Amino acid sequence: MSSPPRPGEARGARQPLFLARESFQRRRLMDAARLLPLVGVFLLILPILWGGDEGPGATTAREGLYIFAVWLGLIVAAGVLSRLLSTAPGIGRDGGGEDGGGT
Amino acid sequence: MVPFNLLLLACLGYVVFLFLIAFLVERRAERRRIAWLSSPLIYTLSLSIYCTAWTFYGAVGYAVRSGLEFVTIYLGPTLVFVGWWWMLRKLVRIGKTQRVTSIADMISARYGKSNAIGVIVTLLAVCAITPYIALQLQSISLSFAVFAATPSAEGLVLPDLGDTAIWVAAGLAIFTILFGTRRLDAKEQHHGVVIAIAVEAVVKLLALIAVGVFVVWGVAGGPADIYARIIANESPDWEVLPGRWAGLTFLAAVAIVTLPRMFQVLVVENADERHLATASWAFPLYLFLISLFVMPIAVVGLDILPEGMNPDLFVLLVPLALGQDELAMLAFLGGFSAATSMVIVAAIALATMASNHIVVPLWLQLRGPEASGDMRSLVLNARRLSILAVLCFGYVYYRVTGGGEALAAMGLIAFVGMAQTLPALMGALFWRGANRIGAGAGLVVGLVVWLYTLFLPSFGPDVLLSAQLMQEGLFGIGWLRPQALYGVEIADPLLHSLFWSLALNTFAFCIGSVLTFPTPLERVQGAQFVNVFDIQTGTRGWSRGAGEAEDLLVMAQRILGATEAQGFFQAEAMAQGKAGYLPDTTPDFLDRLERRLAGSVGSATAHAMIAQIVGGSMVSVEDLMAVANETAQIMEYSSQLEAKSEELARTARQLREANEMLQKLSVQKDAFLSQISHELRTPMTSIRAFSEILKEAGDLPPEDASRYAGIIQDEAIRLTRLLDDLLDLSVLEAGRVQLKIEDSTLRTLIDRALVASGSVAPHRSFTIDRDAAAEDIALRTDIGRLAQVFINVLSNARKYCDAERPRMDIHVREAGGMVTVDFVDNGSGIPKKSQALIFEKFARLTDQMQAGGAGLGLAICREIMHNLGGEISYVPGQGGAAFRVSFPAVLPGEITEGTASDDEARAVAQAG
Amino acid sequence: MGKHVLVIEDEPNIVAAITFILRRDGWQVSSHASGSDAMQVIRDAAPDLLILDVMLPGRSGYDILRELRGDPATADLPVLMLTAKGQSRDRQMAEAFGASRFMSKPFSNTEVLASVRELVDT
Repeated sequence: MSSPPRPGEARGARQPLFLARESFQRRRLMDAARLLPLVGVFLLILPILWGGDEGPGATTAREGLYIFAVWLGLIVAAGVLSRLLSTAPGIGRDGGGEDGGGT
Repeated sequence: MVPFNLLLLACLGYVVFLFLIAFLVERRAERRRIAWLSSPLIYTLSLSIYCTAWTFYGAVGYAVRSGLEFVTIYLGPTLVFVGWWWMLRKLVRIGKTQRVTSIADMISARYGKSNAIGVIVTLLAVCAITPYIALQLQSISLSFAVFAATPSAEGLVLPDLGDTAIWVAAGLAIFTILFGTRRLDAKEQHHGVVIAIAVEAVVKLLALIAVGVFVVWGVAGGPADIYARIIANESPDWEVLPGRWAGLTFLAAVAIVTLPRMFQVLVVENADERHLATASWAFPLYLFLISLFVMPIAVVGLDILPEGMNPDLFVLLVPLALGQDELAMLAFLGGFSAATSMVIVAAIALATMASNHIVVPLWLQLRGPEASGDMRSLVLNARRLSILAVLCFGYVYYRVTGGGEALAAMGLIAFVGMAQTLPALMGALFWRGANRIGAGAGLVVGLVVWLYTLFLPSFGPDVLLSAQLMQEGLFGIGWLRPQALYGVEIADPLLHSLFWSLALNTFAFCIGSVLTFPTPLERVQGAQFVNVFDIQTGTRGWSRGAGEAEDLLVMAQRILGATEAQGFFQAEAMAQGKAGYLPDTTPDFLDRLERRLAGSVGSATAHAMIAQIVGGSMVSVEDLMAVANETAQIMEYSSQLEAKSEELARTARQLREANEMLQKLSVQKDAFLSQISHELRTPMTSIRAFSEILKEAGDLPPEDASRYAGIIQDEAIRLTRLLDDLLDLSVLEAGRVQLKIEDSTLRTLIDRALVASGSVAPHRSFTIDRDAAAEDIALRTDIGRLAQVFINVLSNARKYCDAERPRMDIHVREAGGMVTVDFVDNGSGIPKKSQALIFEKFARLTDQMQAGGAGLGLAICREIMHNLGGEISYVPGQGGAAFRVSFPAVLPGEITEGTASDDEARAVAQAG
Repeated sequence: MGKHVLVIEDEPNIVAAITFILRRDGWQVSSHASGSDAMQVIRDAAPDLLILDVMLPGRSGYDILRELRGDPATADLPVLMLTAKGQSRDRQMAEAFGASRFMSKPFSNTEVLASVRELVDT
């Protein structure tokens, strides 16, 4: 498929080269929202790679603490992002404009 | 021990409480006081049906057997929700724009509204979910059994309480049918169910936390002690297996979207897209809290309970063993909540699929689309029957398998089954090239592989698949062994099945999509799904409207109900700048109508029904060009341009309509003078002729003379009435009429109008069908004038209804202070071309109608209704002539002289 | 005389008046009130004179007149048209379609009688 102009570029052609500060921040927020699950996958897959060097005795308790801590961290991060995303200007209407165009 | 009867009582009390809440909420929802109902909190809580009894009891058992692995079941969904921006947002948006009713409907809608795809997904769902429902029934009977158990030397002896399951199944069926099939449109359904589920969500979370807090601080010495106990209880089985860890996390992530009940609450019942933003952290938090105390309960159970106790029941057994009866009761209600809420939603979701994709299409095929009658009751009954059938299957399954070990594994087996929809669903969201051949092939391959490698073997050797087959493979071919396809021996049958079914499924899906071509409709739908955020108004699925708006209205009424269908058509007509109930059948209108219908009967059926009326012309070359050219599309749908051109089109249409109306009016103006002349000259002819006769012929017999004088008198009265009507009309039109406000009730008014109109065509006996109770509405308006309108409409029906056994239905509705009265007869109605003209002066439809009054009656009615702040209109598509009179029940105004009976006499004379 | 006049008119009172006037003058009078089957009635009755209203239920008087003039059997039948509209356009149309005489309502009795006599004598 030939690459169609992304809406962001189309917008850029009509508007000044540098996006307004708000719009820029909003885009970074969306990027963060997309990155969060990837970070989550990485952190939660880690326990698989830990060897049982210290013997089987302590692993479950330690891993349990680690996983619940990561879990809580993800919840807090998602909470903050969702708050920021829903208060950021212009998200409600066309918040998804960026990921269209046949990605 | 808690007495068993007390437990039953508490359980019944809880169920009654849930019924009550659901009932009250439904009542409030009917009055539209439900703002708090559609809050993100309720949405998040309703998502918690992910946590079934399998979670509530089974998680602890899982933790005892395999250590931390149980968290993968909650980590998967957490990742999906935390990453809502990727997929859930798109899924929910598409669900809303396409008015999707189930996961089967969504996949079928994307792949060209193909019902075959819908049927495959429905069958898959029924296979996968029925045992899952059986699992819930088992957990309820098992938890009952714990309380009825008798302690003995070797621990608890659990009595067989299989009968409890049937009562539970029956109770669930009643609840689900009562609150799950009240209304048809999936978009405004199930408030009662959702709130009951939210309550159950809170109960199960509180119950588990209560047991956990008791265990951590009541039994053990706080978190540090628990940490030590976990280390002490560590067993080799608790080691994390990389394959299962990753595989189960992935599987759970898939399940949160593809399980029918999750799709139901996540997409179908979603009231507002923004709720998803809240759920993105709140639902993971719920899962976190549910999981937090699982390990502590497991290790404390291991420490204090005797060996050999069923770890799946630790949540109940730990409090019971320590004499905490109230806590045990709470835990029991928590488990009960978890099981019932899952069964209710799963049954609704499956029933919707079965009725929309199997029962209704079959019925349409057997009876043909012309079959009359209210489709709504058909669809609702189909759903009720499906709910019964689903629960019966679940119960039978539970009895047949004896509720043994096989059942316990059923949760994950169902997950793998529903995961087979993943390739088709992801293709629907992200790949425009995906088509229905690919989707169908993938689904079928996935279904078969899943059945062969996981579902059938799960019953154990020699139950459904012989041990020999399991050992040596199908037809003795080694590489077809169910649990070692192609000789790949993945030790874990679940992972083995997940790997092969999804791999082959995806392969078939891709190959099928690449090698075949999609139909035009699929390409349009593909663009609408994949680019849902770019396309504001949507690409059109219909190119030309060859259908008759009236036929469409008749069909829509059968599915949506009269009030809603008429409201929709009226709003559409108004948006086009037209008055009345019949919009032009533009492609946009057809598209919106189809989506509206899809909300009730699913997209495939809705599409087929509209195609029956409109004909096959659905997608034009231009539409396809627009779809193919993405660049053009993005430019084209720039919302400003769209809004402007729409505005222009609307204005143009309004101008055109106004022009047409002016032309008609100008013709009518000429006709009006000519008509006045005719109406005046006709009686005058008789008067002149007979007065000359009386004057010239002195030799007339007296009886002739008096007969002729009588004719002169009658005709003179006719002239007077005509002049009265003209004056009445001119006063009403100028708005100079003085209203005489009185108090009365609608029932009295209709009684009066029926009596007064009875003098018209008295030889015809009409069957009147009315609902006296609904007519009990207090009115404060000009009763005499209103009676005049009613009498006019009723008299017209008496004169012109051409049915052999004439009948008149009078429906009354009141909403927001506006009273609506429909008068519907069973004659042949008014032809469409005349419907717009009947309220004009002298607009008699045929020459036969000349017999009656001067043709001013309905024109006067219209003016009266304007003066009373209401209107009178003709409603097409009701199976006869149908007039709708609507007006405010209370009209503030001033007092005038003039009596009501004058008005009545006039109305009888005017009718026609 | 006893010649036959057929009146096609839907207002019963007007029919009664014309019938009375003509019978008193010695005419034989029959009447019919609908336009749709008027042609058949005219053919069956074979009157010496036809009095035809313009606005009839089912079919317009002009239409009937045109068909009469197109049929050799009735092409010469004297026809007196009646109309309640009385605009000059109606008179022109009646003449164009071949009416023998045109009269607007309300008419005087003597006028009707005179026209009938004149049409049948000529």
